[in-house]
Amino acid sequence: MGIISRGFQGRRRGDDERLPPGQYLTEDFPVLSAGPTPRVPLDRWEFTIDTEGGQVHRWNWQELRALPSETPTVDIHCVTTWSKLDTRWQGVSLDVLFEDVETAAEYALVHSYGGYTTNLPLEDLLDGKAWIAYRYDGEELEPRHGGPARLLVPHLYFWKSAKWVRGIRLLNEDWPGFWETAGYHDYGDPWREQRYEGD
Amino acid sequence: MSADYLDGNALAGPFAEIFAADVTVAVGRCASCGLTGPVAGLRVYAQAPGLVARCPGCEEVVLRLVRGPDAAWLDLRGTISLRIPLPGAGA
Ligand SMILES: [Zn+2]
Repeated sequence: MGIISRGFQGRRRGDDERLPPGQYLTEDFPVLSAGPTPRVPLDRWEFTIDTEGGQVHRWNWQELRALPSETPTVDIHCVTTWSKLDTRWQGVSLDVLFEDVETAAEYALVHSYGGYTTNLPLEDLLDGKAWIAYRYDGEELEPRHGGPARLLVPHLYFWKSAKWVRGIRLLNEDWPGFWETAGYHDYGDPWREQRYEGD
Repeated sequence: MSADYLDGNALAGPFAEIFAADVTVAVGRCASCGLTGPVAGLRVYAQAPGLVARCPGCEEVVLRLVRGPDAAWLDLRGTISLRIPLPGAGA
């Protein structure tokens, strides 16, 4: 078969292959929020990892910013069906934060300023798959997009990338979070279109 | 800056699909702070994967409604009760 011209569609070549089923491409960055935007003064901000054994690992804002950071460029997929390609972030890999954390837990419950929660298997936070992000597109992360810092776990639907992240509780059992207790899928893989419970 | 939420009347349509009665005129009590008021007075955050209705007094979640393709999920755990006005039941 010969080469088929795709014609001009106003999109970059290859975008279609990067779009999971049921998603459409957007250029802007829609703001989704289940409540008022928390305002967290940086001098009172902290991030914690609580292990199943009761140990608490704690970082304040200066300590987080002093850690080695990465600048991932990733595609993000919201369960409300928009996807955005090549988003540019800066943040600390969870691998760095988990370096001194001793745990045998399999599950993580992420919690945020403002009360939001979301759950995922711990392994989905490790091995270069997740970050605590504090810069977006060359700027400090705006509060409406989750600043001062949000979780970034782009291989799952974006509701898992908790805005205003405050900490992670490690658990021996899966504990469903805010949307996961209201009909949304426990895992949320966009490539398997796991939107709702039972998908 | 304009409010990032709607008033509880935004729930009228989605609830009409589930309940025969108009739930926005029901009077509920917030499980968090005890404030009593009509569902129409809640603050509804709709730019989200579902509808999240919060108490105007304490901003805690009073109810949530998610509409999937073939089911709806309703979470009322932030509500102690809803008093739903109904026509007289005869007698
Ligand atoms: Zn209340």
